[in-house]
Formats: sequence, C-alpha cells, structure tokens
Amino acid sequence: MDILLSSLVAGIMFGMALSLVALGLTIIFGVMDIVNFAHGEFLMIGMYTGLLTAQAAGVDPLLTLPAAALVGFVLGVLCYAGFVKYLLRGPMIAQLLGTFGLMLFLRNMALLIFGANDRAVHQGLLVGKSIDLGMGVIIPATKLAAAGLAAVSFGAVWLLMNRTKFGKALTATALNPQGARYMGIPTERMNALAWGIGCASVTIAGALIVNFWSVNPYIGLLFTMLAFAIVALGGFGSVPGAFFAGIVVGLITEIPGFWDFLTYTFDIDWMADVPMTSFKYMWVYLAYFLIMVVRPRGLFGWKH
Amino acid sequence: MVKHILEIDDLKVRYSGLPVIQGVSLFVDPGETVCVVGSNGAGKSTLLRSVMGAQRAFSGRIVFQGREIQRLRTEEIVRLGIVYVPEEKMLFKPLSVEENIRLGAYILKDENRVRKNLEFVYELFPRLRERRTQAASTLSGGEQQMVAIGRGLMSRPQLLMLDEPSLGLAPILVDEVLDRVRQLKQEGISILLVEQNVREALDLADRGYVLQTGRVVEQGEGKELLESDRFRQAFLGI
Repeated sequence: MDILLSSLVAGIMFGMALSLVALGLTIIFGVMDIVNFAHGEFLMIGMYTGLLTAQAAGVDPLLTLPAAALVGFVLGVLCYAGFVKYLLRGPMIAQLLGTFGLMLFLRNMALLIFGANDRAVHQGLLVGKSIDLGMGVIIPATKLAAAGLAAVSFGAVWLLMNRTKFGKALTATALNPQGARYMGIPTERMNALAWGIGCASVTIAGALIVNFWSVNPYIGLLFTMLAFAIVALGGFGSVPGAFFAGIVVGLITEIPGFWDFLTYTFDIDWMADVPMTSFKYMWVYLAYFLIMVVRPRGLFGWKH
Repeated sequence: MVKHILEIDDLKVRYSGLPVIQGVSLFVDPGETVCVVGSNGAGKSTLLRSVMGAQRAFSGRIVFQGREIQRLRTEEIVRLGIVYVPEEKMLFKPLSVEENIRLGAYILKDENRVRKNLEFVYELFPRLRERRTQAASTLSGGEQQMVAIGRGLMSRPQLLMLDEPSLGLAPILVDEVLDRVRQLKQEGISILLVEQNVREALDLADRGYVLQTGRVVEQGEGKELLESDRFRQAFLGI
C-alpha cells in the first residue's frame, strides 16, 4: 500500500513540475503556431542559472527563481526579436528547422561554457530533507517545493491570460492576428512577450528542477520530449490542458512504482523479473503516440 | 485648415506585381458617409485594406486628418482614429460576445469610457446584450456582423470603414444592418462604406464612387450616380 501511495504522490508532484516545463511550450505554440524544439534548452539554461546563481551568491537555489525568470524572459524576447520573427515569414519547414537549429546552438554554447560534466546542487535549505506524510509516504522537500511553486506559477499565468486586458489581447493575437491588429493590438509586441513569458516559465521550472536533478548540456532533449507529450495530451495551446496533462504524464512516469505495487501485493514472480524502471519513459511516448492517433487535438485543445 | 478627414491621392496597389488599384483618388469629409461600389475584383476591399496599412501602397498618398499614414503600421492607424470592419468579420470566435466587443476598446485606457461605449453598442444592437455571454461562434451571420460593427465602434473612431456589412445576410437583416449604419451617420460619424447592395447603399450615402478594375470611373452624389450611364455599365457590364 505504501508503494502505491508513494508512487501516486511522487507522480503528482513530478507531474506538476513537468506542467510548468510544458506551459511555455503551449503558450508559444498557442500564440504563434510555432513548435519550439529548443524548449528543453531553455530549461537547461534555467537549471544552470539556478545552480550558478546559488553558488555565486551563496544563497539557497530556491531563492534564485527571480534570476532564472529574468534570464528566461530576456532570452525569450531576444530570441523572438532577433530570430523567430524572421522565421515566421518563411514556410513551416523553416520554422521547424529554425528552432531545431536554435536547440543545437544553445546546447553547444552550454557545452562550450559549462563543459559536459553533470553538475548538481549539493546544499540548500531543502536539499536532503524530507517530509513524512505518514502511511509510509516520504517526500523530498525539494520536490514538494517544486510542485507547490509550479502550481503558484501556473495560477499566476492563468490569471494573467484570463483576467487581464493583456491576456485578452494575447488570446486575440493567437486566434486571429490580423483581426487583432485591426483592434489596435501591437501583435509583434504580443509575440515577443509570449516568448518572454513562455521562456521565463520554463527557466523557472529549470531552477526548481535543478534542486533534485543534476544538469548537463544534454538534459534539454528529455524534457523537450516530455513537454511535447504533455502539450499533445493537453491540447496544443491550452493552459489548463498543460496542467492536467502534466500530472497525467507525471503519473505515467511512476508506472514502475505501480508495477512494483502489483508485483508485491499479488506476489507475481514473472512481474518481478521485468526491469520496468529501465523503460519508464516508454509509457509516456506510447501515450503520446496513442493521443496523436486517437484524439489529435488533445484533451482540452481549442486550436485546430 | 484640414477639410477632408480622409484623402486618398493617386493610390496604386499591387499584389505580387499585378496592379489591383491603378491610381485611385477619393476623399471623405467629416460627418460624411461615402460609398464605394463596384463589381467583384474591382479593388474595393484592397482599397480599404491599404488605408489600414494591411496592404502596402505601391505609390500615392493616404492622408488622415492632415497626416500621411500610408507607411504606418495597422495598430498605429487604429490609434489615430480609423476603424475597419472587414468583410470576413474576423471575430475571435471562441471568446464571448462581450469579450469580442471589449477588445474593440483595446486602445482606450479609461474603463469608464469603455463602459459607456459598451452601453452605446448594446443600445444600438439590443440583441447583443442578450447574447453577451455566448461564444461569438454560436451566433448567426447577422448577429456576427453586429458584433463586428459594435466592436469597431468601441473605440469611438473618427472614421469607420465598413466592408460589405450586408454580405451573406438575409434581406430583412440587410435592412436592419443598413438602418444601423444610417443611425451611425446621424450620430455624425464619418463612414466609408463598401457595399454590394448598391441601391440601398447609394441611397443612404452622401456621395459615391464607382470602382472598376482598380480605377474610379464615376463619382457623384448617391442618387445621381444611380442614374448615370457609367454606373449601369459597371454593374450590368453593357
């Protein structure tokens, strides 16, 4: 029973952090229909920002979130104004290959600057601490903090998108850019801000995740793939969709835990021989595949 | 002293090298309703889109309240006081009627003015008040047109440009929409109107222009245009 509960709690918490990773991808796609292959690289940049700011300033990594948000916002706006803006004028294939190139560029820049070694946060207020929820469920404090802050960030973005004039203008830009311009909405600025907010949300996610996950220049790909699966499941362009799909994907990554639970509860020998943890991400991509085939617009999709 | 609110001077517009507007000059005076008529492909919509900066002028000048605007961006032109209600309506379909209409007031900062203008729009189109929480996509064609016009009025433009407001509407709705345009005219708003329903449109306009393959072939007061030979030629193709 405790394995089941632990897996559930771990899955939900990791899922909330993953939701925040996917949020930026769905915002950027929602506003300008561009699939950002470099999304995971922004997460990697957020992880390094969190790690290095914490080391340089001697503060807890959790306190580096504003720095990570700032770096993400500035990089996002610069990427749009200096690069993506020009890609949007080209055909779809230029946009795909363009962000793919951005991914390779950022990854290799990170390799040049930071080297290929894994780096991890070894000390911090919450690092190494855990909370006992009873019934055998023990959760690391870093993961709980990441999940909580992810939920807060999500709430903030949801309010921004749905309760402010800026959010309405951004939605209008997403739905019909030409119509939005006829309302006097500066759509170029909206696109740049969408990149800024999208990248800031993923660098925040990076600064949270680095508390329990070591970083290297190649870390982006795994998260890009997870974010794609989440956005496909939740519906491209949907903010609430990303939140719930993130939790679903988080739970899917805990399938090995559920497998163990079944193995021990029913004492099934052959189940114990399956190395389930070795291919836990397979289930995520299988779900991604099934969603694309069965319900391509995702659970909450409203675009296309 | 500026007399015309809008003046278009020898405007030429090309689509990928092909001339669409070949030297059009026209003007709208403050408080005037001017109608541009012409058959399909005459360049009427292109003309309005050029004024909005959505279609770049190849040459010529577009002057609004004494200021050249042919090089400005669409959103800057809106801020100067021109609103365009496109033929395709371009509603934000998943959003509610009221959200759509409020987006028309994007350039206004003062929430009190926004509320006052919203009230004005709801008085002009009472049906929209009843449907204000419904998604725009669930409305009928006529109601969608009302949303498009109402949204355009939210910033209280000095010049309202309507592109085929009666397109695709049932005859009874055509009359209703054109009645509302007449009402706006009485409010003193300058209107540049493009219409297929030439008779009703010229009847309501102060002046009209007949556009044929990108050129003004006839102009004059609405009623006298209806009688002219050129007008008959443009529409009957004789």
